[in-house]
Amino acid sequence: MTRPPARAVRIVTLYPEVMNVYADRGNLFAVQARCSRLGIGCEVLPIGIGDSLPVEADLVLIGGGQDREQRRIALDLLAKGPVLRDWADADTAMLAVCGGFQLFGDFYRTAQGEELPGVRVFDAITVTPAPGAPRCIGDVLADAAIPEVGELVGFENHGGRTYLGPRGVPLARVRYGYGNNGDDGTEGAVYHEAIGTYLHGSLLPKNPALLDRLSFAALRHRYGADATFESFRDEYAERAHHAAADVARSRGRRNV
Amino acid sequence: MTGIGFRERGALLAGRAAGEAARRLGRGGGTALPGLVAGTLAPRLIERFAAQLGYGAITVTGTNGKTTTSHLLTNTARAAGLQPLTNRSGSNLERGIASTFVDAATPAGTLPDASSRLGVFELDEAVWPLLLPRLKPRAAVFLNLFRDQLDRYGEVDSVAEGWERALAAYASPIALVLNVDDPSVALLGESARNEVVGFGIEDRGVALIEAEHASDARFCRCGATFRYDAVFMGHVGLWRCPGCARARTVPVVAARDVRLGADETRFTLCVGERGAEVAIPFAGLYSVYNALACAAGAHALGLPLEATVRALAESGPAFGRQERFEVDGRHVRLLLAKNPTGMNEVLRTLLANTEPLTLLALLNDGIQDGQDVSWIYDADIERIAGRVVTLIAGGDRADDMALRCALAGFEPVVAERDIERALDAAIARTPAGGRVEVMTTYTAMLAVRAILARRTGAQPYWEEQA
Repeated sequence: MTRPPARAVRIVTLYPEVMNVYADRGNLFAVQARCSRLGIGCEVLPIGIGDSLPVEADLVLIGGGQDREQRRIALDLLAKGPVLRDWADADTAMLAVCGGFQLFGDFYRTAQGEELPGVRVFDAITVTPAPGAPRCIGDVLADAAIPEVGELVGFENHGGRTYLGPRGVPLARVRYGYGNNGDDGTEGAVYHEAIGTYLHGSLLPKNPALLDRLSFAALRHRYGADATFESFRDEYAERAHHAAADVARSRGRRNV
Repeated sequence: MTGIGFRERGALLAGRAAGEAARRLGRGGGTALPGLVAGTLAPRLIERFAAQLGYGAITVTGTNGKTTTSHLLTNTARAAGLQPLTNRSGSNLERGIASTFVDAATPAGTLPDASSRLGVFELDEAVWPLLLPRLKPRAAVFLNLFRDQLDRYGEVDSVAEGWERALAAYASPIALVLNVDDPSVALLGESARNEVVGFGIEDRGVALIEAEHASDARFCRCGATFRYDAVFMGHVGLWRCPGCARARTVPVVAARDVRLGADETRFTLCVGERGAEVAIPFAGLYSVYNALACAAGAHALGLPLEATVRALAESGPAFGRQERFEVDGRHVRLLLAKNPTGMNEVLRTLLANTEPLTLLALLNDGIQDGQDVSWIYDADIERIAGRVVTLIAGGDRADDMALRCALAGFEPVVAERDIERALDAAIARTPAGGRVEVMTTYTAMLAVRAILARRTGAQPYWEEQA
């Protein structure tokens, strides 16, 4: 770990050695690049099984993993649950993708019928349908419920189906793709500044508006609710976003 | 003789007619169609033909290196005086195998020179379990298992489980040729029923200083996390489990004293007590693994070491794998990279070259490439940030590649979806006599190779397009 500069935002990455199947570190790269353009450093704390969480954090990232990996971290994550919930209530920014999203809900029931308890940041449950049901795989185009975020693009690959509870707020409505469960058109979840989603691809690099939203939430957590930050246009990100949107429109599963 | 019946003979003729028609029309699919047609009409065609192979068959599977290893094994068989029968690159599904037999057979349904025939079959890792009982190979080479096209194969674990189940249900004798450095492959040797020929690298000098991000086998079957005394690539290296007795075993076929060059690689090939100095005209540590897999496969089949050494030295590149072309006075080299570990190895290979680097990075998102392009974030592209002088991104997802590289700290000068225009941009920005390295996914490789073949008059190939 490098020593952070005087102005630094603290990022906790949960189980980066274990939960990283779908390029989730791209999200970290994108946040680091954004902060760096603002002249703000990032202190990145990788937290593995058995490590304790720091006293505070501005942004928490957790990625996806196979069932085996989820099983491996579930108990350790559960022990960190109370702190993570407190952080979420106190507006720490969070991004939980795919397998990480599933374990940020109430529980995840695996294909083997085993129930992995979650940390309940989101009011959501995830179940795996009977054998033979297809995995939800493909390009996604969705409209975020957060107005300034707008259109989201990404790729999903999950067997579990997530259903939001009465207090659950979806991140987006799916135009192309399956989203949480392929039935109700919802994708992901939002609670305070925490975001859960099935989208990878990586997500933040090619969704600059969401990157701004999450980065600014982390920065406000560090520098106060009144702090404001400059937004940048990123030509590469916009072009990659449009390319992914075109692909989703041409071959994605249309949501009716 | 073990010829084929009336039904198979009709199927054979139909398959050949379909293949000839496809080729005459100049369309892709010339390698898959005969097998698809014949296999549909006569489902037991593969079994009937495989039984005719006088020297039996060897299969090659794994995530990376299938085509090159099969190519080297085919040349080794030839150098040993056998007549290899091999499926064409890319045709590694059931219909590709059926096509190979259909194309080689006489109209009467026999394989010519069957007594000196050895089948060398590259098989897709998901298809291998289905074809094991049908081909009944004498030996099976397992190269490695990396995350690859998760949108198509599902999770990495399920591929290994498929191999395991197929072997458990298979009663005939078979020699398992296993990469001892890759734990997910090496552990296939645990069922002691089969003969095992292990291959691996015995040279810590080529180990990575820092572990790579993309590591796909972290946990032992006992649940503990593997420890490594040296990592060669991804999760491949000198591994051991702190929780149980499992550990990498000393390989029978090994590479010692490995010297990695920009265009060729030298090492001492050890097979049991014997050793031979080998120079292969391919770059990269992954090429050493392919050569070792070939040597171990040949050893399992009882082919003489001299034949292996000759084939390794004399084999040109396989289709699109480190093939070189000369265009407008520039050297263009094709480097296939279709998953994070493959791309890491290509990047490491590029670093062995000290010339200023023009890199054409082609990213397509077809079914054969993987529709999910996320994986480029798992490759350590940062590794060459200080070395690339000119970067051109190309292919259907050129913009994703451009963004990935910009995040790694080097911006492309051009991002162009059209592959021919991207190639021209790369050539135009490379001084005469210089080199363009093309790092490419599978279907983009087919496209750029076709352009290069057209411009240089190189031989066209049929690669399966479906």
